[in-house]
Amino acid sequence: MSLTTESSTNFWLTRPFSERSTQIFLSVLLAALALVTILHVAVPPDNPLHVGAYTVNLFGKYLSYALLAVAVDLVWGYLGILSLGHGAFFAIGGYAMGMYLMRQIGERGTYGHPVLPDFMVFLNWDSLPWYWLGFDMAWFAFAMVLIAPGLLALVFGFLAFRSRVTGVYLSIITQALTFALMLAFFRNEMGFGGNNGLTDFRELLGYNLRSNDTRLGLFIATGVALALGYILCRAIVTSKLGRVCVATRDAEARTRFIGYRVERFQLFVFVVSAMLAGLAGALYVPQVGIINPSEFSPIFSIEIVLWVALGGRATLYGAVIGAILVNYAKTIFTGVMPDAWLFALGAMFVLVTVFLPKGVAGLFRYLKRKTRDDHPPKEATA
Amino acid sequence: MSLLQSLTTRDRVFDFMAPQASPVDVRHGPILYMEDVSVSFDGFKAINNLNLTIDDGELRCIIGPNGAGKTTMMDIITGKTRPNEGSVWFGSRHNLLQMNEPDIASLGIGRKFQKPTVFEALSVFENLELAMAADKRIFPTLTARMTGEIKDRIDEVLGTIGLIELRFQPAGILSHGQKQWLEIGMLLMQRPRLLLVDEPVAGMTEQEMERTAELLTGLAGKQSVVVVEHDMGFVRSIARKVTVLHQGSVLAEGSMDQVASDPSVVEVYLGADDEEAA
Repeated sequence: MSLTTESSTNFWLTRPFSERSTQIFLSVLLAALALVTILHVAVPPDNPLHVGAYTVNLFGKYLSYALLAVAVDLVWGYLGILSLGHGAFFAIGGYAMGMYLMRQIGERGTYGHPVLPDFMVFLNWDSLPWYWLGFDMAWFAFAMVLIAPGLLALVFGFLAFRSRVTGVYLSIITQALTFALMLAFFRNEMGFGGNNGLTDFRELLGYNLRSNDTRLGLFIATGVALALGYILCRAIVTSKLGRVCVATRDAEARTRFIGYRVERFQLFVFVVSAMLAGLAGALYVPQVGIINPSEFSPIFSIEIVLWVALGGRATLYGAVIGAILVNYAKTIFTGVMPDAWLFALGAMFVLVTVFLPKGVAGLFRYLKRKTRDDHPPKEATA
Repeated sequence: MSLLQSLTTRDRVFDFMAPQASPVDVRHGPILYMEDVSVSFDGFKAINNLNLTIDDGELRCIIGPNGAGKTTMMDIITGKTRPNEGSVWFGSRHNLLQMNEPDIASLGIGRKFQKPTVFEALSVFENLELAMAADKRIFPTLTARMTGEIKDRIDEVLGTIGLIELRFQPAGILSHGQKQWLEIGMLLMQRPRLLLVDEPVAGMTEQEMERTAELLTGLAGKQSVVVVEHDMGFVRSIARKVTVLHQGSVLAEGSMDQVASDPSVVEVYLGADDEEAA
């Protein structure tokens, strides 16, 4: 994987492959995917090393959260836009997938209606709302997974960045956006299942969602999506455009002064990030089997930011580490002491802020620098 | 004539042509020509019948007490402020009063502000890379490649501003003086014809001042440089020609010695300055 020739380092999409951090990240991710797969498939269930279907499913969920965290780190870490509403893009991607899965149920619903999902029959609707049309086709639904969050981010970002809304004001508006969407999706008249959301899914592309093989497939697909999303983000931040983003983050007026249309760069990166969040949501929904308006809740969006802060901002791999660590801790805590979870999350955040201001990734960097200083390499580094 | 103009303005279509085939017409000598310029803010005349001519390749120092109109003059040249009357020409072809700020900047007038602002998280090299004249739209920026040509250009500027050894260091660790040089380097990356430098040595040590003097005198000849400065010792060390502004118009012009011995100048500026210094 050492493609360090001049040509590969110069093409923007392949540039990350010549980076050491990306090589390590991808190796670890692929090794983890392979290990879990082998321990699930090849090790017999009575062996203590066997990884059960439940755990595979859980890991798949963590990986989709990790992709979401990478998307947030792209806009927060590199562009300096603290989005407290990325849960909205995640949820919209999830709803697009959920709508497809609902249409796949077909006549097997409780009410046995050939077209309408159960909740619409229950509400006495006699036909599909226009925005449900087309979601019986996989390609259309999968396209919507990216297009719908991207479009929302485009309109929202266009208005916000054109008016030069930045900093804490932008954070508050993103928070308001996700809160407004949550209230809207709670309403039954919206046609998204209201309070209960979309659930009772059966099949994805013809594969039974309750079978262990499908769960393993979804886990691997999420891992691959995380790898691709990571490479894309890494390619963006290592390009000249990424340096313009960092310049914008640190001195927006100056960046504008040397000739960059800052608001367009912000909009571009914001839309890419929203689409990645939507993809993460779409991979999350079939693995947990439900999508409801609680994913729009502001608390969830703030939690995502906490993952990134814990893992370490502006590194991308830190976001992955943070998302997996916090959610693993959450799984354990909510199992052992459900009431203590929020205290534990708060304590983790305080401890990391005090002792590891640059997050877990900052600790890695510190240790790396320390070993290099203790054992300086033979050739002096410039 | 109009045909000639339409041919020569093609540099605006092809950005990369601008430096080689500069459209600025300096055959008649001056690169900047200000005549009878006046501007007033709420009745206060900040600039009053100012006449100023800068020759191509010249290094000019402009001094004057606070409120003499130095900053307003720079604002007029860069298009930030519109004068009430008068004319401002860049070369003998471009009427700056009919152009907006970005156009004036792309024509080759670079301005360095008093307070240095560099991108602290980026390396010195990357700071210069971003400042370089290039296609600055989103996708060309995303797919931009680092070519040998660009590297050479950046190295050349790094050599000029004396930051070669620090090129891979983040700009945030530079000293105040080094940041000023980096900012001048960022202007140079845009290949300006005329550099406007506002108080370059404020807050610098003696050694840093000396190096800045070398840097600015080295730039003159290739570019025209206009320096606004309060520090008399520094002006004396670099100036070939000094213009003294007072109450919005030119009080005296000439070599440092000529200007310093002019009684009216001594009265309004140098005398006062010496008293302050004493």
